[in-house]
Amino acid sequence: MAAVTVDVATAAQVRRRADPLLVVSATCCLLLIAVALVGGWLAPYQPDEIDVLAASQGPGPHHWLGTDSLGRDVLSRALAGAALSFAGPLLIVLGSVVLGTVLGVVAAWYGGWLDQMLNRLLNVMFAVPGILVAVIASAVFGAGFWAPVIALTLVYIPYAARIIRSAAVRERQQAYVEGLQLAGVSSLSINTKHVLRNVWPLIVAQATIGLGTALADFAAVSFIGLGVQPPAAEWGVMVAEGRAEILDGAPQQSLVAGLCIVVTVVSFNVLGERLAARFGAAR
Amino acid sequence: MTATTDVTPVRAMRAAVRPSGIGARIATTVVGAAATVLTASFVIFAALSLAPGDPVSLLLGPHATDEARTAKRAELGLDDPLLVRYWHWLTDALQGRFGTSFTYREGVTTLIGPRLETTLLLVAMAAVLIVVVGIGLGVLGGVSDRWSAVVSAATGLGIAVPTFVAASVLISVFAVQLGWFPTFGAGDGLLDSVWHLVLPALALSVGYGAYVTQLTAAAVREEAGKEHVVTSRGRGIPHRLILRRHVLRNAALPVMTASGLALAGLVAGALVVEEAFGIDGIGALLVKSVSGKDYPVVTAVSLIIVVVFVVVTTVIDVAQVLLDPRQRRAA
Amino acid sequence: MNSPPLLDIRRLHLELTGSRPVRTLVEDVTLSVSPGESVGLVGESGSGKTLTVKAAMRLLPSTITATGAIDFDGRSVLEMSRRGLARYRSTDVAMIHQDPRAHTNPLRTVGDFLVEGVVATKQMKRDEAIERACALLGEMGIDDAPRRMHQYPHQLSGGLLQRVMIAMSLLHEPRLVLADEPTTALDVTVQSEVMAILVEQVRGRGLGMLFITHDLDLAAAITDTLVVMYAGTVVERGPAPVLYRNPRHPYTAALLASRPSTTQVKRLVSVPGRPAAAHEVGIGCVFAARCPFATDLCRDERPAERDIGGRTVACHRAEEIGSELERDVVA
Repeated sequence: MAAVTVDVATAAQVRRRADPLLVVSATCCLLLIAVALVGGWLAPYQPDEIDVLAASQGPGPHHWLGTDSLGRDVLSRALAGAALSFAGPLLIVLGSVVLGTVLGVVAAWYGGWLDQMLNRLLNVMFAVPGILVAVIASAVFGAGFWAPVIALTLVYIPYAARIIRSAAVRERQQAYVEGLQLAGVSSLSINTKHVLRNVWPLIVAQATIGLGTALADFAAVSFIGLGVQPPAAEWGVMVAEGRAEILDGAPQQSLVAGLCIVVTVVSFNVLGERLAARFGAAR
Repeated sequence: MTATTDVTPVRAMRAAVRPSGIGARIATTVVGAAATVLTASFVIFAALSLAPGDPVSLLLGPHATDEARTAKRAELGLDDPLLVRYWHWLTDALQGRFGTSFTYREGVTTLIGPRLETTLLLVAMAAVLIVVVGIGLGVLGGVSDRWSAVVSAATGLGIAVPTFVAASVLISVFAVQLGWFPTFGAGDGLLDSVWHLVLPALALSVGYGAYVTQLTAAAVREEAGKEHVVTSRGRGIPHRLILRRHVLRNAALPVMTASGLALAGLVAGALVVEEAFGIDGIGALLVKSVSGKDYPVVTAVSLIIVVVFVVVTTVIDVAQVLLDPRQRRAA
Repeated sequence: MNSPPLLDIRRLHLELTGSRPVRTLVEDVTLSVSPGESVGLVGESGSGKTLTVKAAMRLLPSTITATGAIDFDGRSVLEMSRRGLARYRSTDVAMIHQDPRAHTNPLRTVGDFLVEGVVATKQMKRDEAIERACALLGEMGIDDAPRRMHQYPHQLSGGLLQRVMIAMSLLHEPRLVLADEPTTALDVTVQSEVMAILVEQVRGRGLGMLFITHDLDLAAAITDTLVVMYAGTVVERGPAPVLYRNPRHPYTAALLASRPSTTQVKRLVSVPGRPAAAHEVGIGCVFAARCPFATDLCRDERPAERDIGGRTVACHRAEEIGSELERDVVA
């Protein structure tokens, strides 16, 4: 607990040391993405294949994870729904990271009143909780796939912008930046070739964590009925559709979908944290 | 660098022109918060004005005459420019008048009133859980090496479980399987309501609580590793005193910030919980109103959510300034 | 010295707990401080001097294991019970740290910091402690002591804060003071002031002092005995004037020779290579890699400490090379 520092590991040694959590979480994430890509083909049944005779069954030989109230195979729905569950979040993360990076880097580079204006703008964006933005977006654009995508992209931009701005500010203060400026290299070039190159590992780590969070948030909007609509097998929709079934003692649809979401979020969170730790040590 | 003479002539002049010091800092923060709320409310108002749906048809029904429609349009000021409409809405809102609901044909305020009570009770229960259990676990995780890993794993999981998933699990296990709690609704009367809201409050507090625990544990661990703690140990001061007076006392500031942030977002988070448990709070009202294009209600509830968030975060900011001696001017 | 030593460190060995291969931090260090004696522990960063002193207070983290003997007034510090350790730290010994700002709690007042030690260990009542603290601050040259007691650390300059640290260390009237580079973090203009106060107090009260520094000149000026460390071991130790005028270890000589001259313009002498840490040196003499006099024997076998010319030195060739060690006499 004491603050005595003993320089026992150089950065190189930290980098070389194997990180089991990183490996495990990365494997999980890759598996999940693979499922999202080919889940539909892997599914034993069609996700919307109704079979009233087999309704609300628990796990069994024909339906490994049971069926919902319409007799649809839960496993197939989960597998097929993975793609839709990931699609929105991917767009959200891409959009918010790209826009957040632009805003953050520009604010860090020019500083002054531009930075202050951005700060005020971000404060306003932070003041409106994400779910509220999603609700209002679905009022304006109608419920569906795009309202939560637009809304959550807007919601995530300030987080990305703040983090990237701090990193860019730190980078901008390094001596080499001034050297490049004096040598007459253009601002655009300095930022894209040098600042971004040093900052992008952090961006990747944050984006990874963001993907899991976006998936959970997107599913939440679908859950309250303002996002993707049934009968689509998106995981949030599945949890919502399974609500009535829970009351009948058949929670399999909700719990399986819920488990899928939790596993995804945990995997991407852990991967993102391990990446951030590794990139931090390598600096 | 010895004791400086306090006020040189230049300094006095500058202070007169641009007052610094705690009072001014707090005033600036509050003014900034008000500006944020105004801007956010305007953006929301403007966005909703773009939303589909004709208020006049909704209010008067499909069989209204043209004259009635024109009259209603004039009455609601629907043909005025956006800023004027916003101004009217804002001035009315500040006096507590939020207009009439399109769907219910009642005053929005009467619709919101009882539902706000329900939501606030839910939020209060969740808040207690978050503060007591969240911070408590965080301190445990930060202080004890033995518990640190367990707490860390638990928070990692807690943060990953979305509110609606937690709700589903809780309903399935505690309401359906074990039958300890009701499955939906908010009950009648205080005691019954509290009993109904136990599971919802739990569901709501899992995610936010895990966040608070994580930050508390990190803050406590960081403070415990500070060099002045080593100094105190070297003076033979008992461990328990060091923990209380130096580690926890210092960690209190960042913990307060984290807790404040979590509490500020609770009203918005309650939205999902209310939907999951069929609770008739302002969150559920909001969702219903969006589907029903009842924009006066949507605007009003949105404003409430934003105001609560900004007020709570601003209170925390001000408390930070007041409680941190480093914020005072150096002598 | 007839009286038993106040602090007696014999063959102290510090290594990283459970490291395989064994990672040594400090090897076979022997030194002592007698009542009223000032001992200077000199070495560059990585020499292990701070770790040695922290070991004497048992303030090393659990990641470091200590073997050997550290006795205070005949009692073993390494084997003390918790209560004995608390008593030792709160009444017998005091430590002055390098950076006063890092070692004070920014959220508590200066007065709080000063009296906390004696009040928490029940040596004095708070009022009495405050009075004594004020008096001590006065002795440090701080006139407006009562006002300063109500201020926070960030409101005091570095030099002022270090004087407060010195006062803190003397408040409980210890018999031994461990000073870890007390002036290194201060502005150059303030360093001599603070040093003067420290030396005056220590000498005036007849305290034993172990003074750590990387500045050989400073150490020679204020201490009775010098102990020179390199790469975790003691290379030379003895009376200050003896070592200063006539070093017998190549490293000590190199330290002396590398100081810039204030009277002559000549090429700065430096030792090739960089200071090594204990785990980086091989089996032979720790200085062999950089020593101009190294032989195969030096590289194969670690020299034992031997008494030569009135001091103790760890060098195989101490007798031969004594005359060859050039020393620039700096006016």
